[in-house]
Amino acid sequence: MIEIKNLHATVDGKEILKGIDLTIRPGEVHAIMGPNGSGKSTLSYVLAGREGYEITKGSVNYFGQDLLALEPEERAAEGLFLAFQYPVEIPGVANTTFLKSAINAMRKRRGESELDAMQFLKHIRAKTKQLGMTDEMLKRAVNVGFSGGEKKRNETLQMAVLEPKFAILDETDSGLDIDALKIVADGVNALRSPERSMLVITHYQRLLDYIVPDYVHVLAHGRIQRSGGKELALELEKNGYKEFGVDEAA
Amino acid sequence: MAASTETADQVRAFTEKEYEYGFTTDIESEVAPKGLNEDIIRFISAKKEEPEWLLEWRLRAFQAWKAMEEPHWPALTYGPIDYQDAHYYAAPKMKAKPKSLDEVDPELLKTYAKLGIPLKEQAILAGVEGTEGQSPAVAVDAVFDSVSVATTYKAKLEEMGIIFCAISEAVHKCPELVRKYLGSVVPYTDNFFATLNSAVFTDGSFVYIPKGVRCPMELSTYFRINQANTGQFERTLIIADEGSYVSYLEGCTAPKRDENQLHAAVVELVALDNATIKYSTVQNWYPGDENGVGGIYNFVTKRGACRGVNSKISWTQVETGSAITWKYPSCILQGDNSVGEFYSVAITNNRQQADTGTKMIHIGRNTRSTIVSKGISAGKAQQTYRGLVKILPKAEGARNHTQCDSLLIGDQCGAHTVPYIESRNRSARIEHEATTAKISEDQLFYCRQRGLAEEDAVSLIVNGFCKEVLKELPMEFAVEAQKLVGISLEGSVG
Amino acid sequence: MTSTHSPRRGDPVPAQPYLEQYDRVKAELPGAALSWVRDLRELGRSRFAELGFPTAKVEAWKYTSLKSLEKVAFQPARPAAAGVHFDVLPHVGTGPRLVFVDGFFRADLSSTAGVPAGVELSGLAETLSRNPDLVGEHLGRLAVSDEQRFVALNTAFLADGAVVRIGRGVEVAEPIELVFVSLGSDDGAVAFHPRTLLIAEPQSKATVIEHHVGLGIGATFANHVAEAYVGEGAILRHYKVQREGAEAFHLSNSVAKVGKDACYDNFILTTGARLARSEVRVALGLGSSCNVNGAYMIGGHQHCDTTTVIEHKEPHGTSREVYKGAIDDHGRAVFQGKIVVHPGAQKTDGHQLNRALLLSDTAEIDAKPELEIYADDVKCSHGATAGELADEALFYLRARGIPKDEARALLIGAFLAEALDEIPDETVREAFHGFVTGWLGTR
Repeated sequence: MIEIKNLHATVDGKEILKGIDLTIRPGEVHAIMGPNGSGKSTLSYVLAGREGYEITKGSVNYFGQDLLALEPEERAAEGLFLAFQYPVEIPGVANTTFLKSAINAMRKRRGESELDAMQFLKHIRAKTKQLGMTDEMLKRAVNVGFSGGEKKRNETLQMAVLEPKFAILDETDSGLDIDALKIVADGVNALRSPERSMLVITHYQRLLDYIVPDYVHVLAHGRIQRSGGKELALELEKNGYKEFGVDEAA
Repeated sequence: MAASTETADQVRAFTEKEYEYGFTTDIESEVAPKGLNEDIIRFISAKKEEPEWLLEWRLRAFQAWKAMEEPHWPALTYGPIDYQDAHYYAAPKMKAKPKSLDEVDPELLKTYAKLGIPLKEQAILAGVEGTEGQSPAVAVDAVFDSVSVATTYKAKLEEMGIIFCAISEAVHKCPELVRKYLGSVVPYTDNFFATLNSAVFTDGSFVYIPKGVRCPMELSTYFRINQANTGQFERTLIIADEGSYVSYLEGCTAPKRDENQLHAAVVELVALDNATIKYSTVQNWYPGDENGVGGIYNFVTKRGACRGVNSKISWTQVETGSAITWKYPSCILQGDNSVGEFYSVAITNNRQQADTGTKMIHIGRNTRSTIVSKGISAGKAQQTYRGLVKILPKAEGARNHTQCDSLLIGDQCGAHTVPYIESRNRSARIEHEATTAKISEDQLFYCRQRGLAEEDAVSLIVNGFCKEVLKELPMEFAVEAQKLVGISLEGSVG
Repeated sequence: MTSTHSPRRGDPVPAQPYLEQYDRVKAELPGAALSWVRDLRELGRSRFAELGFPTAKVEAWKYTSLKSLEKVAFQPARPAAAGVHFDVLPHVGTGPRLVFVDGFFRADLSSTAGVPAGVELSGLAETLSRNPDLVGEHLGRLAVSDEQRFVALNTAFLADGAVVRIGRGVEVAEPIELVFVSLGSDDGAVAFHPRTLLIAEPQSKATVIEHHVGLGIGATFANHVAEAYVGEGAILRHYKVQREGAEAFHLSNSVAKVGKDACYDNFILTTGARLARSEVRVALGLGSSCNVNGAYMIGGHQHCDTTTVIEHKEPHGTSREVYKGAIDDHGRAVFQGKIVVHPGAQKTDGHQLNRALLLSDTAEIDAKPELEIYADDVKCSHGATAGELADEALFYLRARGIPKDEARALLIGAFLAEALDEIPDETVREAFHGFVTGWLGTR
């Protein structure tokens, strides 16, 4: 279980998160919707442990652990996965090399034995098959020369391979056309399970047509303004964020 | 080698009485006294039973050297080198050997362990007393399959007419080849360090690949170094006759603690018509400690001449060691359609300094050259890429592409790029690109989010940065080099 | 650190006549009564005596030999007879203009009418004798004799030149023009050493165009030094067109110091002189930026050297450099460009590009683009290319009916345009394009 309590965070002295409260139980999919600048991405970075964010107040209890006390790689080993809004290019490093390094680093940290080349290949092949992807993507350098859709699919593949307990999807729909969006959403849906929690961060409702959440929260001005079921998303689609004091031509 | 303490004592006693006895009476000794003069050169030449022409060549070099000045143009800072305070014959092992592994610098052993070298092997490499006779072939085999293959195939090499031996042996075995090519690429007047080498070189490799022969295996210095202890002034000469091919591996894939401070090697390559030479180096000499104490001064002159049409010389280097590195493996592209390549990874950490690069001299028509240089600077290190691309008027249709990338880790280091581009032919096309940046925070965080510790993330990203060069290395070397990249950068982050 | 150039000793012999001339004329030079001016000159003299003329061993002069300059016995220029007039003097736009003949200010040829309030525009000699305090704080502070031998020589002979001062917050719309005419003399070769002082006070904005033309006969040696102070938040565009005659030697050193959040643009267009070397040195302060661009077109036996050093001394600086050149006949071009990032100058963003087009079998280009970097959080790059006109493009144009020469001119013009298009002011850009077209017409 993930419990975020009264979380405050600042960037360069400016308060972005002003008291977030959120509880996510195993198997639940929560969606956070909000206008630009509401703090959505900040929340995902703070949870993943990116430097440059100062936590001024509050706590995050992550399956009984103080999440905020962990290094980013420790959080990853504890099963926290962030699907990046803008996946990063790493020239010269093949996807397989990257994934193998990642998976073995985490296994080592958890005291598990490292996978050898054969075991790893078996594992990864099963996942690509499950997601309907080709091996070709595995040989290419991490995200280098990938189209927007390919980058997001690659994030989904990594999520599948790393088998997280808690996945944060940061604006996974940004920059995708409807076909690419469906493919990525199918991938994500295939990974839904009673043990896996997800936090889907998005600006638009359309992603939630494909990844249907159990709960929807509206984030604005650094706070969760309203929570509800998936119908809240539809309401937002219709009325925009005006109700929350945000006027944007969405 | 066996009783080095004893030898050292002898030398000490001997040098104290230098004038009384004169060292020539001590011909049996394996170590010449300190100092550099004509007599020492005659002594070296006599020990090697060299022909008169070679002695004279050495002496001419020495005369030239005396009038030369140490170069001051590289971006390197180091204290003065006393050239009279060194032995020019045999490796001066002035310190007693460690009695057991317990006495060996634990830092050194840690590095060996990281390289996956077994304990027994570590003892041999660290020069622990009593291990001299044991050939490290077993361990080296595990890393270098091709080396053991080479031993097995030694007879076959000879059968194919390939000559691969110590240069001092080649002087006797094939004097006409040595006389014809020695100094033909790097003349004895070339530069301060090469000239010094010409005067005092003691050993090195000689390779001759006859016409039309494709050398069936990688040739490596290892296989010979196991037998003979090479000095600090190595001289290598490789000749690839018409239509032949050879891939040569040089270096220390394991770090070597060395008392010698100065290494001034010369490597000459000659490729005749349609011949190809691929020369790969992984240099990991002792870099000194984090405060810059100790370490090797590596002043190397490497040059290849593509004399024939369609010939090709390809240099690949991974430079992670030495306190000071000064080397510019170069290609003289004389033959029409000849090709020169330079692929380099240089990593400097702590207080290491490297001034390295290449020269591509385009003389013939349609000559082509490629330069890919990846420099990584960390800690308080300073690194300079220095390169020359020169197109002479007759080099119709010449092409060069240069890519020079530097990566900085930490705000105390420096990375510099100094290319010289000279073109005197309009049909030549030259493209040069250089970039300098640091590892991006985004990349680091992305890797850490996927579970990699910061240091491993750096190693992974740097390996990716070097990929273009590392892929040029023969397989066994590439694996080794990748590990070295990680090891060399240890302690540079966090 | 090696960022400061060690100005290696050169040959003292050819420097000797200049020193003797200096000793003869020093008492008559403007401002000779002022001790600080005398000291400045003496320092220049002694430094030039030490450094001498560069030899091939001096790294910064590796590709440019001054042997041809050394051979000519130059005499210090004398003020031209007031009667000498010129039919046509270049003028870009309609702004104010100062005219100098062989380095001496000619008020009668200049037009300072319409100089906006808050702008001072005057000759240096006049300023030194009438109001020396106006330049006391700035003269010789940026262009320092210690480092550059020809700055030292210029400082020794410091006599006349231009003083341009843009007051705080003043924006000048029309370009201010400085026209330097090399006239020469029938009696023999003459040398002159003009000094230009550009002071853009904080938040000001101005464009200054230096126009160097040769309108006389005989050999001239122009040794220019310009010092540009760009105050906090100011924008100074400093352009130069060099169209000197076939017997001219043209050396110039432009040194700029760019204050916080300020911007300095430099553009040099070179078509003239037998031997030209233009050096540009820019020191960037916090959050400031510079554009150092240029284009050159040379033929005959012309030698054109461009040497630039951009120093990022503080964080958040941005520099852009684009140099393009076309070299015909026996022409030889040299491009030496260096970006230095000092320790602590984090978040620096520096990019440099230089491309050369060789138009003949005997043309030559030597390039040395350098990066010298002592800070890690930076993005720096340079690119350099050399080659000839693309055959395919030439053929394509000819296949469309364009005659060969015209097609060539078109392609060369297009090649150089990449640099010229960096000039933001349309009037200036069009005028510069005009010079390029003019040059192409002479091919």
